[in-house]
Amino acid sequence: MFAFLVRRLLQSIVVMLVVGLVAFSLFNFVGDPIHNMVGQEATTEQREELREQLGLNDPFPLQFARFVANAAQGEFGISYRMARPVDVVIAERLPATLELAFVSAFFALFLGVSAGVYAALNRYGWTSRLVMTISLIGVSLPTFLIGILLIWIFAVQLQWLPSFGRGDVVQVGAWRTGFLTESGLRALILPAITLGLFQLTLIMRLVRAEMLEVLRTDYIKFARARGLSNRAINFGHALKNTLVPVITITGLQLGSIIAFAIITETVFQWPGVGLLFIIAIQFVDIPVMAAYLMLIALFFVVINLIVDLLYYAVDPRLRVEAGSARAH
Amino acid sequence: MKVKAVMFGLLVGTALTGMQFDASAETLRFASQSDALTLDPHAQNEGPTITMAQQIYDPLVIRADDMTVRPGLAVSWEAMEPTVWEFKLREGVSFHDGSAFTAEDAAFSLDRARVPPSDYRNYVSSIEEVSVVDEHTLRITTQAPNPILPQQLTNIVIMSKAWAEEHGVEQTQNYAEGEENHAVRNANGTGAFRLESREPDVRTVLVRNDDYWDRENLPMEVERVVSTPVSSSATRVAALLSGELDLILYPPVQDLRRLEQSSDIAVKNTPENRTIFLGLNQGADDLESDSVEGENPLADKRVREAINLAIDVDAIQRVVMRGQSVPAGSISPTYITGYKESFDERPPHDQERAKELLAEAGYEEGFEIDFACPNDRYNNDEAICQAIVGMLGQVGIDANLNAQTRSLHFQQLQNGELDFYMLGWGVPTFDSEYIFNFLYHTRDGNRGSWNFTGFSSERMDELVEGMAGETDLDARNALLDAAWEIALDDLTYVPLHHEVLNWAMRSNVDIPIRADNSPRFASVTFK
Repeated sequence: MFAFLVRRLLQSIVVMLVVGLVAFSLFNFVGDPIHNMVGQEATTEQREELREQLGLNDPFPLQFARFVANAAQGEFGISYRMARPVDVVIAERLPATLELAFVSAFFALFLGVSAGVYAALNRYGWTSRLVMTISLIGVSLPTFLIGILLIWIFAVQLQWLPSFGRGDVVQVGAWRTGFLTESGLRALILPAITLGLFQLTLIMRLVRAEMLEVLRTDYIKFARARGLSNRAINFGHALKNTLVPVITITGLQLGSIIAFAIITETVFQWPGVGLLFIIAIQFVDIPVMAAYLMLIALFFVVINLIVDLLYYAVDPRLRVEAGSARAH
Repeated sequence: MKVKAVMFGLLVGTALTGMQFDASAETLRFASQSDALTLDPHAQNEGPTITMAQQIYDPLVIRADDMTVRPGLAVSWEAMEPTVWEFKLREGVSFHDGSAFTAEDAAFSLDRARVPPSDYRNYVSSIEEVSVVDEHTLRITTQAPNPILPQQLTNIVIMSKAWAEEHGVEQTQNYAEGEENHAVRNANGTGAFRLESREPDVRTVLVRNDDYWDRENLPMEVERVVSTPVSSSATRVAALLSGELDLILYPPVQDLRRLEQSSDIAVKNTPENRTIFLGLNQGADDLESDSVEGENPLADKRVREAINLAIDVDAIQRVVMRGQSVPAGSISPTYITGYKESFDERPPHDQERAKELLAEAGYEEGFEIDFACPNDRYNNDEAICQAIVGMLGQVGIDANLNAQTRSLHFQQLQNGELDFYMLGWGVPTFDSEYIFNFLYHTRDGNRGSWNFTGFSSERMDELVEGMAGETDLDARNALLDAAWEIALDDLTYVPLHHEVLNWAMRSNVDIPIRADNSPRFASVTFK
């Protein structure tokens, strides 16, 4: 167990370094931040001076080495656009993204599992067929289109919900939360649905398929033969055994919910790190882009690790053959 | 599980209780694409930053909504000598913190704005010295005669010296070194609005300054301004339609017709202070980006004429811009000193003549050339370029379009890598000299910093340097005319159109549209 953890941590560091390197080499193709940082009247000399000051003239390996050395000390530099320390800016924005991501993930998991179980148990009912059909829409429509559609229906036509922003927020320690105000909760609904819809349909289809599979197995038949109640069979045995792949997928999807929040946040002007990243790209705000990509990589790495550990908890078989355990 | 169900119920419940948009008549909810980068009024010479600064701070000389110059914190000014200007300052003006505005504050602010790291220093680089004569008189000495100093001062706003010293912001925020100072998120100006709160990129709230010195002359109906950047155009429009916003900038061109048809929405437009054109590298002996060996086709004026004739700007206006452009015959925006209506008379679109000219120049077979465009800088920039590629193809010029993000486009332009490119140019000083200085003067490290065409004419350089120092208006206008004659004759740039800017607002809101795309909330009236 311990050896496994250490091995995974070492792998994680390599993953982070590779992400950093790839990200950094991409920055050579996003253009020149100088144009965005000075007025059009700036002379050629002034531009050159600024470029020199920012270290943009240094060779790539040197820039990357400096970045890694600073990042290792938790220093991510100063945002070119906002002229503030990147870690401070990201720390300010992260609560908005995390709140959105967790509400979406909860929404997707809760509704996805319930609908999936329902569709599996009432396989031939017309409601479950309807649910399955509708779920196709969720899988196939791109996020930004869903966002715009929801805005159109609920903000423009019905005027029930706000079309953008996060509403009023309350500062709780270092965390700025939108959970405690009415406008904050209301502003959360549309983006959370937009962000979670794909995951919802994915989980639902997965749960349904897995559940149908499990319901066909011998031990379920034996359980029925033993005269157990439907409830005990369906939820105690069948659902529990479908959960291993669901946990994997949900865990990984939580990472992509945070990463894909970029699109949802842009559509809803949600002031989280995703929107920060998009604006940073337009501005060529390299320190923010680098820090964001590292952060997302870190999320994925940590989530993967947690998923692996959860396997141990859920699936007793893995505990027996722990030595050779390999997740995906 | 129960708790979760209750929470979900709560969420849905709050959703269904219906939305209230508590728009008290005096609140203006405003959205642009992006937020001000900083509140330090001298740190960033950039659209949204200027818009925000000009609500809170005043310059000595104000650019009114119709783009004319009128007294601001200075009531009058005159040139005592060609190089010495005296400004009489307004009495009885106070900053938002209650302290009185004096010549000390003005002198301090001009000095702050004209040294590095101020991003406005190039506007006031002609100033040699600013001296205080008495409490309400300021004397500005320039290195050389500078007739447009008052115009240039419209961009420089005045801070309180005492406030700046108290908070250690005597120097402009140093962007390059990533400095954040007190003035970045706090403000103390003399303007029509005072800052109530600011959360960068999220929300900035301004409240009316009831003691504003110009209260009598402005509607001043807005009590509160809530400014929220909304970067997605579709969302910005949706929020306007749903009544969550009162005024938006940059409504997308394709939505304008629908917005105009809505009875709740009003759309205003005006030609913008920006002209879009194509730059052609005529200076190089041979271009790397074309198929012609050993010579540069763009150096031949007949080729430039052919390109000009081949491009049907009316079709671009009709099809690509959906009417949202004004075809241009020169690269001068219509507002500026030195502009004449005759500049915008373009030779009619004529493919035959274009082919003839190419043949005369020795390119019957046409040629291939790389054509560079931004795709996120000007209205429909990439679509315009695609249309141009088609039009040039019909006369035999095979343009290979490379449309890319502005950061790359301008980087390559600055590096001198582009021979045939799109560029837009606005004139914040509202004077032709700004065009000649940056776009026509020989590129010498100081002047001509945006002249990537290799155009270089001694006569032009003389004229540009002459107009910088000529204080006699008639003599100066003669210089401008002479320079325009050279510029139009050479066809250094192939003009396309003046951009048209649009503002969309709820129909109960009215605001005079400004050609600089920078609304002044004090001018808003409610119906």
